[in-house]
Amino acid sequence: MDSGDSKRLLELLTARRAELIAQWEQAVGASLHGRLSTVELGRELSELYDAVVDALATGGFAGRSSEYAVVRSLLVELSRNRARQGFTPTETAVSVFALKEVLESLLGGSVEDIHVYLQFSRLLDDLGLFTVEEYARTREEIISAQSQQLLELSTPVVKLWDGVVGVPLVGTLDSARTQVVMEKLLQALLDSNSAHAIIDITGVPAVDTQVAQHLLKTVVAARMMGAECVISGIRPQIAQTIVGLGIEFGDIPTKATLADALRHALVEIDKASATRAAGLL
Amino acid sequence: MRNYPADEASREEVAIQASGDVVKARQTVRLLAQQAGLSLVNQTKLVTAASELGRNTLIYGGGGTAQAAIVRDVARVGVWVRFADTGPGIPDTELALTDGWTSGSGMGLGLSGARRLVDEFELDSTPGVGTTVTVLKWAR
Ligand SMILES: Nc1ncnc2c1ncn2[C@@H]1O[C@H](COP(=O)(O)OP(=O)(O)OP(=O)(O)O)[C@@H](O)[C@H]1O
Ligand SMILES: [Mg+2]
Repeated sequence: MDSGDSKRLLELLTARRAELIAQWEQAVGASLHGRLSTVELGRELSELYDAVVDALATGGFAGRSSEYAVVRSLLVELSRNRARQGFTPTETAVSVFALKEVLESLLGGSVEDIHVYLQFSRLLDDLGLFTVEEYARTREEIISAQSQQLLELSTPVVKLWDGVVGVPLVGTLDSARTQVVMEKLLQALLDSNSAHAIIDITGVPAVDTQVAQHLLKTVVAARMMGAECVISGIRPQIAQTIVGLGIEFGDIPTKATLADALRHALVEIDKASATRAAGLL
Repeated sequence: MRNYPADEASREEVAIQASGDVVKARQTVRLLAQQAGLSLVNQTKLVTAASELGRNTLIYGGGGTAQAAIVRDVARVGVWVRFADTGPGIPDTELALTDGWTSGSGMGLGLSGARRLVDEFELDSTPGVGTTVTVLKWAR
């Protein structure tokens, strides 16, 4: 697009800057129902306005060109803020589209005016879409960060006794969750200087080969750190299913309840200290 | 496997495209198993078999569908589940059904274990065309 087209538009945007920004602010403010402070909105839109004017002067109407880098980074910021503040995608895009309406009333009826307006309008459509894309990306990031947090929250590793840590597993175990459990458990063994871990699966509705494989890997990793794991909370239906599948837990101790597992761990600790004491004598 | 009449109202279909879909299929099967009156042990066995087959559909079949329904025979009720994909197929089904055999990094117990967990089992696979596994568990 040659800059001759945008010349009159640029003149207009520059000459009536204050008035146009005020109108734009009003249009956007109305659509956001006062959920954003006017000061903040005013600052946001004036910055964006100036950046668009600068970009128009150098890059014409090519919204995805390098001349528009500043505009795009302002839009990224705007859409990120809107997403975090809980505005909808529409409410976010309106911030850009409202400028069209403001300009519409300004332009005369000449063919050139209409031509320029259409080009500007297309530019704003493109920038509006960019804003929505950015908005969606931010939402995705927020959601995945939250589910990651939930994942960590839902797998608490607790110190059950001096030298014994436990992790109660609840709900469906997929690879991602089991991975988190394994890492947290190994870290907890290290941090608390424990030699025993109890993995309680009372809250797990089904144990398939994938879950079993993850459990076995965790136990092996714990052993490499010098710690022993006990798996507890194996209910009758789970026990029968595991046998049906043909999974063997080998020499990994399994217990019906968490209490049994803790008792087992304490006996082991006693044995170990008795041996140590005997060695000292 | 015989063609048992299904309760059409109970028929469910789940597309298997991501690991979350396997969970969805599993929940669907669990619900039907409860409705059909399967015991807790049989529910867990069928759900676990569905979990194995669903994961195979996803990993080896490259995705597909799960169908499930409550079926009836003369005096018994059961749950029928079918996983189908249009993936590479299984060149040697007997080998695939051998305990401990895997082409990947699994335990190689999914297919053979699922067969042991259900009452009726049918594996249909054609290399280059796809794989269909159908299972049935009766309530008793
Ligand atoms: N739907 C399928 N399409 C193609 N190949 C399959 C399919 N299902 C199973 N197979 C093949 O059969 C093999 C055995 O499957 P099986 O489920 O018993 O073991 P696995 O998936 O390798 O390990 P796991 O014990 O974790 O299930 C697989 O490794 C794979 O090569
Ligand atoms: Mg498998």
